Amino acid sequence: MGKSWLQKSMAFLFSALMIASLCVVPASAEENAEAAPDTGVTINVYNWGEYISNGVDGTLDVNAEFTKRTGIHVNYTTFDTNESLYSKLSGGGAEYDVIIPSDYMISKLSGEGMLEKLDFDKIPNFKYIDDQFRSPAYDPENAYSVPYTWGVIGIFYNKNHVDASETTSWKVLWDPKYKGKILMFDNPRDSFGIAQKILGQSYNTTNANDWEAAANLLKQQKPLVQAYVMDQIFDKMDGGEAWLAPYYAGDAATLVENNPNIGFTIPTDEPTNSFVDAACIPKGSSHKEEAEAYINFLCDPEIAAANVSYIGYSTPESAAKELLPEETVENPIYYPPREIMDKAEVYVNLPEDTNMLLDTLWAEVKMGGSGESTTLMAVLAAFLLFYIGIVIHKRRKRKRELQ
Amino acid sequence: MKVLSKVYCFFIYLFLYAPIVVLIVFSFNDSTTMSRSVWSGFSFKWYGQLFSDRLIMQALGNTILIAVVAAVVSTILGTAAAIGINSLKRWPRRLVMNITNLPMVNPEIVTGVSMMLLFVIAVRAINTSLGIGSIMIAHITFCLPYVILSVKPKLSQMDQNLYEAALDLGYRPSQAFLKVVFPEIIPGIVTGMIMAFTLSIDDFIISYFTSGTTQTLPIYIYSMTRKRISPEINALSTLLFAIVLVLLLIVNLRKEKENKEILHEEEEP
Repeated sequence: MGKSWLQKSMAFLFSALMIASLCVVPASAEENAEAAPDTGVTINVYNWGEYISNGVDGTLDVNAEFTKRTGIHVNYTTFDTNESLYSKLSGGGAEYDVIIPSDYMISKLSGEGMLEKLDFDKIPNFKYIDDQFRSPAYDPENAYSVPYTWGVIGIFYNKNHVDASETTSWKVLWDPKYKGKILMFDNPRDSFGIAQKILGQSYNTTNANDWEAAANLLKQQKPLVQAYVMDQIFDKMDGGEAWLAPYYAGDAATLVENNPNIGFTIPTDEPTNSFVDAACIPKGSSHKEEAEAYINFLCDPEIAAANVSYIGYSTPESAAKELLPEETVENPIYYPPREIMDKAEVYVNLPEDTNMLLDTLWAEVKMGGSGESTTLMAVLAAFLLFYIGIVIHKRRKRKRELQ
Repeated sequence: MKVLSKVYCFFIYLFLYAPIVVLIVFSFNDSTTMSRSVWSGFSFKWYGQLFSDRLIMQALGNTILIAVVAAVVSTILGTAAAIGINSLKRWPRRLVMNITNLPMVNPEIVTGVSMMLLFVIAVRAINTSLGIGSIMIAHITFCLPYVILSVKPKLSQMDQNLYEAALDLGYRPSQAFLKVVFPEIIPGIVTGMIMAFTLSIDDFIISYFTSGTTQTLPIYIYSMTRKRISPEINALSTLLFAIVLVLLLIVNLRKEKENKEILHEEEEP
């Protein structure tokens, strides 16, 4: 094998890489002539995936706009669950300046002293935040967080198979006639929450019996459930594979508006969950002032409107609502009527022992009872025996061959 | 029997390639719902959006940079290590090989967590934070054994006396290595490098723990799961797949051509 093909193919590999990296360059060269002077500071922002207007398809590139206006650079990264945010923060080694967790995670983080108190003099745009979103249950003194988006949970249903009148209660998710067509959340708080509301409990109960009862209800539902999923519900509902799925109202934009067969209801027979994702500054941030400038920027009604119209969730600012199209603001999916909001309950962080109980119960619901784990052990043991058998057999064979 | 084996082969290839075909088909899907299962017309829309999405491009840039650095550095270190290991006596060589192979059988999550813990301590000592540097170190570490494993066989296949003969004939050790040993083992080096590159590009678990505030493509894709994984990712995967396919075809065609040339030369004289 000579060198010629090698050198050439290596050259090709590197030129392919160069092309790939060239595609990356224009993004950073996008700066405008009238930009603010470069401060040389970069803040690390940690947000949910697909949770900011990013400049695709004619939308506003919020991070680039922030850099243009303030001269502060943004290293923007994303997470998939509150729990992975928590493990990243508590693991150490990663210094973030702005994070956007949900309600219960904010109370957990502030309870553990992992959040910095905000200086609201540096966040003048906080004045746009509506009264009902100030001093929420997860941050009663409103010291640590500035709301970013909010929403409620409702039920997506296939209009060809499910009647809208059935979906006013969470109980429809337990209806045996939809066996195999029901999806559930793949996270414990949202799944237990639905069962808890059917049983008339609070989401934030610390009574172990309440959680056991909710777990029993979920176990009864399990044979009817097609799958426990998160983002897959879009494909499964869109393709008609599933007919009923609880999910976040803000995501209705992509489904209900583009697929005439899919409807969305926020159940009224029992209360629903309302959630808030809010911006915070973690302890140890080395650019607190710049982080506050970023949070202030996110509260600018124009920016907030650009973000929520990209994300699809609801904005906590009336001033931003005015900039949105009327059919969005008047749509009860995005801005549910007062009576739903008054009944809706927010998740608050649970004490450690309740959290542990919740984790065990959730594992039981998803994996089935102890009966199934004994089968699993039996299968594993059988495999082990089989393997040992093979090893012994080979040994004997080798010995025989040697003799 | 022949028919049966063909049917068997067909199914094997179907299972191997059906997911990729579906992925490619849906990268051309003209849907507004970002659906990955309902076909609604042909368009290049997602390709256009892909290149205007700064976050994906940034993540891709990071991933490629890390993969190139990890591949190059681990190849250099791994080749040096393989040469060293090869010249050891039998027992020390076995011992060292076992130690270097250990990271390959070690579950990735264990490697990831332990590296994170180590880096956190180191980073505190020098007062910075985890980032692209720590991912590179981690990737170089887990790529090393694969490079060693692909270079070492070439070294043991090589006639050990060649190197000494080169020295006898007046080469300096460095010349002897570059002109005699290196050409012999280069196929192993290239295989090791390509392997390191691909391993680094699609690593998720170890990167996840050691990334700090840097984002690579796999981490970015994973974080989309609360809302939805955009078909832009299908478009990107299709492009990556196409590039790899073209590369492989070129490499194989050249090899073929060369083999023919060698045959030709052998026939002629």
